[in-house]
Amino acid sequence: MMFVLVEMVDTVRIPPWNFQRQLNEAIAEELNKKLANKVVYNVGLCICLYDITKLEDSYIFPGDGASHTKVHYRYVVFHPFLDEILVGKIKYCSQEGVHVTMGFFDDILIPPESLQQPAKFDEAEQVWLWEYETEEGAHDLYMDQGEEIRFRVTDEVFVDTSPTGPSAAVTDTPAQPGQSNAPPPPPPEESAEKKEPPYTLIGTICEPGLGLLSWWNN
Amino acid sequence: MEVKNANAAMLSNYEVFKLLTDLKEKRKDSGKNKNSSGQQNLNTIMYETLKHLSKTPCSRQSPEIVKEFLTIMMPHKLTKAEKLQLLNQRPQTAVEIQLMVEESEERLSEEQIEDLIQTVAGALPGDPEQENAAPADTEMEEAGEHS
Repeated sequence: MMFVLVEMVDTVRIPPWNFQRQLNEAIAEELNKKLANKVVYNVGLCICLYDITKLEDSYIFPGDGASHTKVHYRYVVFHPFLDEILVGKIKYCSQEGVHVTMGFFDDILIPPESLQQPAKFDEAEQVWLWEYETEEGAHDLYMDQGEEIRFRVTDEVFVDTSPTGPSAAVTDTPAQPGQSNAPPPPPPEESAEKKEPPYTLIGTICEPGLGLLSWWNN
Repeated sequence: MEVKNANAAMLSNYEVFKLLTDLKEKRKDSGKNKNSSGQQNLNTIMYETLKHLSKTPCSRQSPEIVKEFLTIMMPHKLTKAEKLQLLNQRPQTAVEIQLMVEESEERLSEEQIEDLIQTVAGALPGDPEQENAAPADTEMEEAGEHS
């Protein structure tokens, strides 16, 4: 289903200035602060806390005035299943395909081979179109921005975007005679890679009933 | 943070819509710190998700409607996922039903599909705007809207 319930366990830290609050509420707030609108690798886009199922004892550790509580809870997560039918809006078109958004989730792509065929990319207008054949000849159906579109989920891609460590140590600085060792040059910056979204859905509209809603409504 | 079960349960759009609507009410009352920087993410996702869901059939559903729908659907022998899709999307045409029900050509006759369309239209409230504006075509008439 579009939304699923995910059972999680975590230790929540409540700083002393929040001790007067109800523990459940302080914990709910911390959990939402940590997870809402964030993608968990291989799980999906976290929406909000559903409920807390178990609270273990709270501990205070030396050196830190805050309390630490192990919490078992369930979180609402956006994670459509394979083959699910969804409706979104066209964000824009590119050579890569048609980019669809659902407002709260943006990284949906319908690649060119999954469009209703034959499909063509209009470079000037930057829009994909379906060269729909009728007896009167080809009738171009444009996939304009903002149009509502029904698609089927065919794949999902999770990318681990956790920070990586500094790159491995670099070339030796040749020691100059008579000079103190200059510090080695800093490791080269990561090449400016395109930021990949942590969670992408791949879809298809290559079936009767899929594509722009306007194509199928009478 | 540890994930114990990434798929503990499926949620209907209505359940999520209700949860977010209730949470919004609660946060409105508590006032103080919902605009602090830490809360921004929750605010954003709640706003966008509610915006999306409010334009779907789930915004017109209730626990009674959902329960009745699932009861009525029992004899059709659809999987849980299929029933949930019908609940969330409220398909009005045979083509849509065929998209949501796997191998529908083998499992459902034309009559059964027509029957499903009627059942869905009857059990789940539709979009009042859409229904007033739509020209009377056979499907709409047969859906037997009680005006």
